[in-house]
Amino acid sequence: MINRDFLGHSFPAREVDVERGRLRFFAKAIGQTDPIYSDEEAAKTAGHRSLPVPPTFLWCLRQEKPDPYDYLELLNIDLAEVLHGGQKFKYHNLCYAGDKLTLVEKISNIYDKKDGQLEFLEEELTVTNQDGLLIAELLTTIVVQHREKPNG
Amino acid sequence: MVEVSLGHNLDPVIVGPITRHMLALYCGASGDHNPIHVDSDFAKAAGMGDVFAHGMLSMAFLGRVLTNWVPQEKIQEFEVRFTTIVRVGDIVTATGKVISVANGSAELEMHASNQNGEVVIKGRASVVLD
Repeated sequence: MINRDFLGHSFPAREVDVERGRLRFFAKAIGQTDPIYSDEEAAKTAGHRSLPVPPTFLWCLRQEKPDPYDYLELLNIDLAEVLHGGQKFKYHNLCYAGDKLTLVEKISNIYDKKDGQLEFLEEELTVTNQDGLLIAELLTTIVVQHREKPNG
Repeated sequence: MVEVSLGHNLDPVIVGPITRHMLALYCGASGDHNPIHVDSDFAKAAGMGDVFAHGMLSMAFLGRVLTNWVPQEKIQEFEVRFTTIVRVGDIVTATGKVISVANGSAELEMHASNQNGEVVIKGRASVVLD
């Protein structure tokens, strides 16, 4: 069982750079062909100051730390038992290539179903930019499946 | 001009068959390096049989449905639940539908299905209409 003492646990705020090449790579990986997401000129012509960060990439920025699974280690959860159960985004302002974002993460809920066979971990992530402008609020639901594995 | 009438179906984004190469690219681009999506040995040892797609890849396809329809700054909320795993070889169809229009914003039902009609991801979005 996940230790419920971690309910409300906050991780130190950290800064993440939004890299232009990374956004182009992401556009390619998701099959995004709209040029505003990969071509600086097209983005500017469309009224953006640089390449916009696409709607789901904010979640990816969360992975930008030496060990993106540090929270699993902290909570003693096996990575092989983890599934992404749900994801919410609330958007306030666009952010762009070249921005320096501040990410603040907090464990907001821990609960279980099926007599503890399934446990759920909810994490809130708040993103602000270099001007202190609120960019988005994310809520990630992680499912921990305590399942039988082949050959133990 | 954006079509915002009730019941309007957004143009689908169809992707597939999903390949291991796509999963490898998404692994690198997203920064989600969980080996369960790219290392079949790891996936088998975890009892999953084989690698499977990142849930956020399907959500990214739904995101394309939204940004193909409205400029991204119009999107206020976007949320999903991941209901069925997307496997290598699956064809994913992502789409959305306007289910209400009120107070200057539209509410959308969003989902993606596989080639068997099984819903792999479902959720909602709201967009501002000014």
